[in-house]
Amino acid sequence: MTTSAVRFLLNNDVVTIENIDPNLTVLQYLREERFKSGTKEGCSSGDCGACTVVVAELREDNQALNYKSINACISFVGSLHGKQLITVEHLKQGAKLHHVQQAMVDHHGSQCGFCTPGFVMSSFALHKQNSTPNRAEVLEALAGNLCRCTGYRSIIDAAMESSEDIEDDSFAQHYQQTVKQLQDFKTLPSAQLSNTQHHYFAPKSTAELAEKLLANPQATLVAGGTDLALSVTQNLATIESLVYLGDVVELHTIENNADEFIIGSAVPYSEFTPMLHDEYHELGEMIERIGSRQIRNNGTLGGNIGNASPIGDMPPALIALGADITLQRGDVERKIALEDFFVDYKKTVLKAAEFIKNIYIPKAKTGQVLKLYKISKRIDDDISAVLAAFFFEINDNVVTNVRIAFGGMAGIPMRAKQCETALLNKAFNRENISAAQQALTQDFQPMSDVRASDKYRMKVAQNLLQKCYLELQNKTIETRVVNYA
Amino acid sequence: MRSLIDSKHSKESSNNQEMNNAAKNVGLGGVGRSKKHESADKHVSGEALYIDDRPSLRGQLHAAVGQSTIAHGIIKSLDLSAVKAAEGVVAVITVDNVPGHTDIGPVFPGDPVLALGRVDYVGQPIFAVAATSHDLARRAVKLAKVEYEELEAVLSVKEALAKQSFVRPPFTMKRGDSAAAIAQAEHQLSGEISVGGQEHFYLEGQVSTAEPTEDGGMTIFSSSQHPSEVQKLVAEVLDIPLNKVIVDTRRMGGGFGGKETQAAPWACIAALLSNETKQPVKFKLSRSDDMCMTGKRHPFENNYQVGFDSNGQIKGIKLEVNGNCGYSPDLSDAIVDRAMFHSDNAYFLDQATVTGNRCKLNTVSHTAYRGFGGPQGMMTIEMVMDDIARYLGKDPLEIRKINLYGKDDRNVTHYHQTVEHNKMAELISTLEASSDYQARRKNIKQFNRENTILKKGLALTPVKFGISFTVQHLNQAGALVHVYTDGTIHLNHGGTEMGQGLFTKVAQIVAEEFQVDVDTVGVSATRTDKVPNTSPTAASSGTDLNGKAAQAAAQTIKARLVKFACEQYNVKADVVSFKNNQVMVGSQTFSFAEFVQQAYMGRVSLSSTGFYKTPKIHFDRTTGKGRPFFYYSTGAAVSEVLIDTLTGEYKLLRTDILHDVGHSLNPAIDIGQIEGAFIQGMGWLTTEELVWNEQGRLLSNNPATYKIPAISDTPSDFRVDLVPDDPNREHTIYNSKAVGEPPFMLGISVWSALKDAIASVADYKFSPVLDTPATPERVLWAVESLQLKSMQASTQA
Repeated sequence: MTTSAVRFLLNNDVVTIENIDPNLTVLQYLREERFKSGTKEGCSSGDCGACTVVVAELREDNQALNYKSINACISFVGSLHGKQLITVEHLKQGAKLHHVQQAMVDHHGSQCGFCTPGFVMSSFALHKQNSTPNRAEVLEALAGNLCRCTGYRSIIDAAMESSEDIEDDSFAQHYQQTVKQLQDFKTLPSAQLSNTQHHYFAPKSTAELAEKLLANPQATLVAGGTDLALSVTQNLATIESLVYLGDVVELHTIENNADEFIIGSAVPYSEFTPMLHDEYHELGEMIERIGSRQIRNNGTLGGNIGNASPIGDMPPALIALGADITLQRGDVERKIALEDFFVDYKKTVLKAAEFIKNIYIPKAKTGQVLKLYKISKRIDDDISAVLAAFFFEINDNVVTNVRIAFGGMAGIPMRAKQCETALLNKAFNRENISAAQQALTQDFQPMSDVRASDKYRMKVAQNLLQKCYLELQNKTIETRVVNYA
Repeated sequence: MRSLIDSKHSKESSNNQEMNNAAKNVGLGGVGRSKKHESADKHVSGEALYIDDRPSLRGQLHAAVGQSTIAHGIIKSLDLSAVKAAEGVVAVITVDNVPGHTDIGPVFPGDPVLALGRVDYVGQPIFAVAATSHDLARRAVKLAKVEYEELEAVLSVKEALAKQSFVRPPFTMKRGDSAAAIAQAEHQLSGEISVGGQEHFYLEGQVSTAEPTEDGGMTIFSSSQHPSEVQKLVAEVLDIPLNKVIVDTRRMGGGFGGKETQAAPWACIAALLSNETKQPVKFKLSRSDDMCMTGKRHPFENNYQVGFDSNGQIKGIKLEVNGNCGYSPDLSDAIVDRAMFHSDNAYFLDQATVTGNRCKLNTVSHTAYRGFGGPQGMMTIEMVMDDIARYLGKDPLEIRKINLYGKDDRNVTHYHQTVEHNKMAELISTLEASSDYQARRKNIKQFNRENTILKKGLALTPVKFGISFTVQHLNQAGALVHVYTDGTIHLNHGGTEMGQGLFTKVAQIVAEEFQVDVDTVGVSATRTDKVPNTSPTAASSGTDLNGKAAQAAAQTIKARLVKFACEQYNVKADVVSFKNNQVMVGSQTFSFAEFVQQAYMGRVSLSSTGFYKTPKIHFDRTTGKGRPFFYYSTGAAVSEVLIDTLTGEYKLLRTDILHDVGHSLNPAIDIGQIEGAFIQGMGWLTTEELVWNEQGRLLSNNPATYKIPAISDTPSDFRVDLVPDDPNREHTIYNSKAVGEPPFMLGISVWSALKDAIASVADYKFSPVLDTPATPERVLWAVESLQLKSMQASTQA
């Protein structure tokens, strides 16, 4: 197989990197190798956004650019291959601040200034995609940036300030040139990076990926890296062999069929969310609270499933929907129900050298409804204490189909089978809901941790079933604080 | 959402405050105007340099420390051989390698720079490593083999109280006979509350670099609110005189009190390693190390007994505040004092006894945090207000109003300071009207009758916060002003810039004195070799102290220029004036630069120091009487919340704030301080939960588990106003008032509003107990508890 070094645009300059530790993050690369200190380290865990940079990449049509904010602190440097990396240093032209920078100055949006470059970059990415954002869009784009000084009002005002200047900034002026350069990168062979001890390989096809994994089953798969990178930055692990899934063409496809969605395991959240939002409104709303925009620009469905965390938000939702996944090893492919994928805490049925290929999400049939509840201390960017997913099919007030799954209630994302039994083929009424609430105590023995106590988890799980019932009974009742207007 | 500073129309803002100032002929310098932060352009472009951004020096090493893994014990053996052999390691030191003092306690002893054979909390530094990279240093420290003999650890305030385990002796403030007054009152209530601590979460973590100098000294770059203390402690651990240590702080990426005393240990360790290796050393704490190894806002466990009449007016009260100080005194004596001072908040307590205990626990040593104990003290009395209101079936606002300090009577605090210039009642009425409190109260009651799952709550809470360090000698400041021959001005003072806009405000003051554009004044890093023996930038005092000192320096130079003009042009001083970047001497006009050049040629000194000390203040701790505060800063907030009675989730819907900053030096900066403080205060009381496990290990040790407010937590309807045209009656700098800390406590309105919403589930008949932080879990339990009480009451009836 032919390979090339990692190549990308740093602003408008083509950069080639080789002989570098692939465990290096984009943040470390910028600060320590390129001496660009405008991008800040606030937490090294993707939670504060001070390290936000923007990556421009070609859209599906290969003609236009997507500008995505990402957390440099938890992105491995190899993932830049084929893209344009834009940092805060690139925005100011001569003495003239970029419009998103000037707006921050005019609205007094910086105090200590440490979080500011991150906010500027998130706002820049937003304005590149949407030059007249409304308040909700601003909050969604900036929820992954923490500021401890301002209280955010001034930052929101700044980010809502639109300007036609964005149409003619230096990136707009270089647009065609950038597109051309990224098109050229597309023709490069699969990227690799190595410092002799540690290796990084980015296959471009599932065939190449399968072959690589058979040859090296110990290799660590990385897609968005939003979870894996923490093992390096927080636990000081060193990964010997990284195989990056972001360049595998077949894992980056989305099919919107008549009765199901088929989503490639390496498609980032931000790319498939609008489609799911149209089909399952509550799913779309919930996804907008998973991590932050930066995380959703990198994080993938395959990653959220593959890392088998008991507190991942997508698995319970997808289990409730009856999603399937395909796994591939060599040229052998198998399809299983997602709920059968998880075995025990952080243990799955995935074999050595096997990878998740596609996720199959059925569309709603008449009478079917998905209700989702994400309970966390903070609305933005917080890991759930409990994620409740209720899938109901109700005919003539009888529950004819039900799947209920929870995150945060057990060592794996899990169905509440006793609870379902208490409801299936029974009248959808308060009495049966009450019995089903009780049944949850047979399904789960949740634990206490930093996010919530065992008692709270159980109580909330039970109450959410009640809330779900109330909402389905009365569509106009106000029951949610999160979207309350 | 309203934006008070509308940049579209004018970058210099055009609100009432400014028009008032314009009408008063406040001049070119910019005092009273919304000048942008002096570093704003550099912040947004990434050009502002923080310590970690400074270019590496040749041979620079990186530090890390090995930490205690237990809460309390004797170190039986310490095997560092693997650490020394690890890749990249250049030096390893323990306390045995400290040439000078081993204790770096800032006020009282008790903080060993590296463990002295014993550990007192999980995370305590035992040894330090210098290695060729940050990561190699962090990896190396994990290789140590430490054997401990574990000792019993005190891990709760209750345990500490039972064992009388204190870092400093208890202290009581008293006025009258509270026990008799409570007993004789018509009604009595008592209660207790647990008030959580708070992680500072400055976005820039603790960081210092140390560079050895040619004379055996050290130049330190430290992200510190107190460079002079860093200088002193570095000199002491190295056993060298103070004049061999220079500490430089250009800016911090946030401080909030967390870098007042607790920036020093990392500077000291960097200096020790630099001394050992004779190479520059940088010590930057990783986020989780920072969260585990540095102190936080003190958690408190408080209780009260109160007697009151049927109008709800307090006749006597006994308050006890018990601060969890952690393992050492640090600043806890003064912090618990301030909790005691502010146990009245804005209310006349009449016969009062306030006792403060400084509990010693085996956790990290808790430290200064915006409000400095004041917020924890205020929580108890605000709880009392709500409890009395529910007991008497009245609106809590009514109870708050009836208990406010009077103007001419009922105006003496429990520490015997008379509350002067008190306009709290007017401030509250104005806000009550502007926020439409009464109409919204009605609407909310209606909403709550109509909605079974969601409930709304509303609360108005005031803040009265004493301004001055309660440790008297700290109320002093120095400044240094140079005027160069091109007419530009160099400004330096003892205060540090942590985002609060201090440098901007002081530059405005100096520009105002000379009547030149504020851009003419160059601000510079705080340095111990420019202005010596400085106080920490803390207690909201930065502008009050350093602004006055800089003004004094500028006035000295200006007086020399006037004298020179009189001599040179043979005129009287009254015809010499400074205006519009010019100097007018009789009928002649010179540009400021031209005139400065003439003065230089005339051999006039164009450099001066300035000094200021706060007048009027005194406090006798043996009697608990005095005037610890020069004046009070006041404000009030109304918050409206929505809660979910099935999950405990909630949302802040609207907040109205009216805050008194006297004559604002810079309305945009003041409003930024108020908004930021309010949101930070709200975070403290809502989502920011510190969790230690039973072994004393902090579990909420990263931003994934410790949740400070994010952007959606800011209310969509957020209205902040400054009290218009109300100069400070005390002679502060341009009659402004301090703003850093006071608005933090406006966040209490959110907590009280949550309780109001919870109270609605039992028709406002009971006062919910809501410890803080009021996480969704605590809110849900409070709802359930009230529902149960309500049910029991109706069964009995």
